[in-house]
Amino acid sequence: MTEHIVVVGGGTGGTVLANDLADRLDAEIDAGDVRVSLINDDPDHVYKPVWLYVPFGQREPADGRRPLADLVDDRVDLRIDRVTEIDTDAKRLRLQGSPQSVGYDYLTLATGSTLAPEEIPGLAEGGHDFYSESGATALREELLSFTEGTLVLSVVGTPHMCPAAPLEFVFMADSWFRERGLREDVDIVYTYPIQRVHGNPHIAEWARPIMDERGIEVETFFNTEAVDPEARTITSMEGTELDYDLLVDIPPHSGVDLIEAAGLGDGWVDVDRHTLEAEAAEDVYALGDTADTGVPNAGSVAHYQAGVVGQRLASEVRGRPPTATYDGKTLCFVETGMDAASFVEFDYENPPSPAPPSEKLHWSKLAYNESYWLTARGLL
Amino acid sequence: MTDTDVEYDESVDARGAACPGPLMDLIGKMRDVDSGTVVRLVSDNDRSLTDVPEWAAEAGNDLLAVEEGEDHNEFYVEKA
Ligand SMILES: Cc1cc2nc3c(=O)[nH]c(=O)nc-3n(C[C@H](O)[C@H](O)[C@H](O)COP(=O)(O)OP(=O)(O)OC[C@H]3O[C@@H](n4cnc5c(N)ncnc54)[C@H](O)[C@@H]3O)c2cc1C
Repeated sequence: MTEHIVVVGGGTGGTVLANDLADRLDAEIDAGDVRVSLINDDPDHVYKPVWLYVPFGQREPADGRRPLADLVDDRVDLRIDRVTEIDTDAKRLRLQGSPQSVGYDYLTLATGSTLAPEEIPGLAEGGHDFYSESGATALREELLSFTEGTLVLSVVGTPHMCPAAPLEFVFMADSWFRERGLREDVDIVYTYPIQRVHGNPHIAEWARPIMDERGIEVETFFNTEAVDPEARTITSMEGTELDYDLLVDIPPHSGVDLIEAAGLGDGWVDVDRHTLEAEAAEDVYALGDTADTGVPNAGSVAHYQAGVVGQRLASEVRGRPPTATYDGKTLCFVETGMDAASFVEFDYENPPSPAPPSEKLHWSKLAYNESYWLTARGLL
Repeated sequence: MTDTDVEYDESVDARGAACPGPLMDLIGKMRDVDSGTVVRLVSDNDRSLTDVPEWAAEAGNDLLAVEEGEDHNEFYVEKA
């Protein structure tokens, strides 16, 4: 009997996992004992970190796209379709483009995050974002013609992808306007929902003095309630109203609907944060943004978790007890301007301690982004 | 376990949520409820003992009670 492993979502986590399984289980796949399928709703693989650079004219959206078929091992059955329903009792998936459902023996969900700007009145109309391809492109046009006034960066939704990105954006905007001789005419305001500038207290303590030094104004305890695109104001639940000329927001995020419908969690899959096994169903794993582990929604996390799930699945199909566990490892380069970056690394036990910003770390981040395509292919 | 006499309408169990999880979970719930609703937050993160009162004061919501337990604390907040 052939054991069928299905991975849903061909983003960072799903692609690394499918390639990892093809490598680990090559003999079993060749012998017909195991089949690995990857289902993604887009023929392209999208690398989101590129979007941070698009508004500043440093990258093109196309730099973050490659055909998934070029990245995935030939031993993996790649299917371009959208999964619309999961039945964990019958172990079957429904697809949008096919009347035939797909059965699985083991399922991994790697469906990432989706944006939900509609949760906040006026946000979609009044705000810009760099969290989507179209958003980053539209923001580039706005930034190029923005020569004076108040730029507000508001972190509206948490948790959100890449917790460092809002800080990176204001640091980069500060440098970018300075380099162009416009900083005196541009006020930069940063808002955050809690009393610090970042969810992680260690990163917040590191970032705050840099923001003060650069004249980036900070509004903490700011939970956006509404945006008035006509009056160009943004209001918080705490009763603060800010004027803006250009609003850049980190929109609310949500998981995909089918997770809740399948009873696997409240939008995000409830998992054991070490084994990454779903709590509500047998033989189901989740990884990356979709898995509710409490660690940041980051590509590095999805990558490490894919290695863990790959090892566990390979053990399971071979009838051995799986031993690999995820220790919360997170790794992140943090841009602190247009030509300097910091670096953090942490896990469940050890808190982050940001490295002093340097040009070398900035180039390391850019080099990582370039070599990402090797990571996705499982070569790095 | 903790015992309290405070009655609540909604409850959020944020045990296991990483920092700043519990406060954000509470804020998320407060967004959805009407004025006058009492929300109970269950948190096992010690930072909640300072985060939650600070936020409640900032947002003008009433922190009705804090019940400190051995392995978790409970916070009762009424939306203004
Ligand atoms: C601006 C920006 C900058 C970032 N910078 C960094 C960074 O510097 N470092 C870092 O580590 N992380 C960064 N991230 C975060 C990182 O991109 C994500 O955390 C990462 O992509 C998560 O991987 P994933 O596999 O969980 O999901 P994704 O990569 O988002 O992939 C999910 C995939 O699932 C597919 N899918 C969803 N639903 C279905 C369905 N029903 N059926 C079929 N397919 C489906 C989607 O189309 C997508 O291909 C950044 C994110 C953004 C937005």
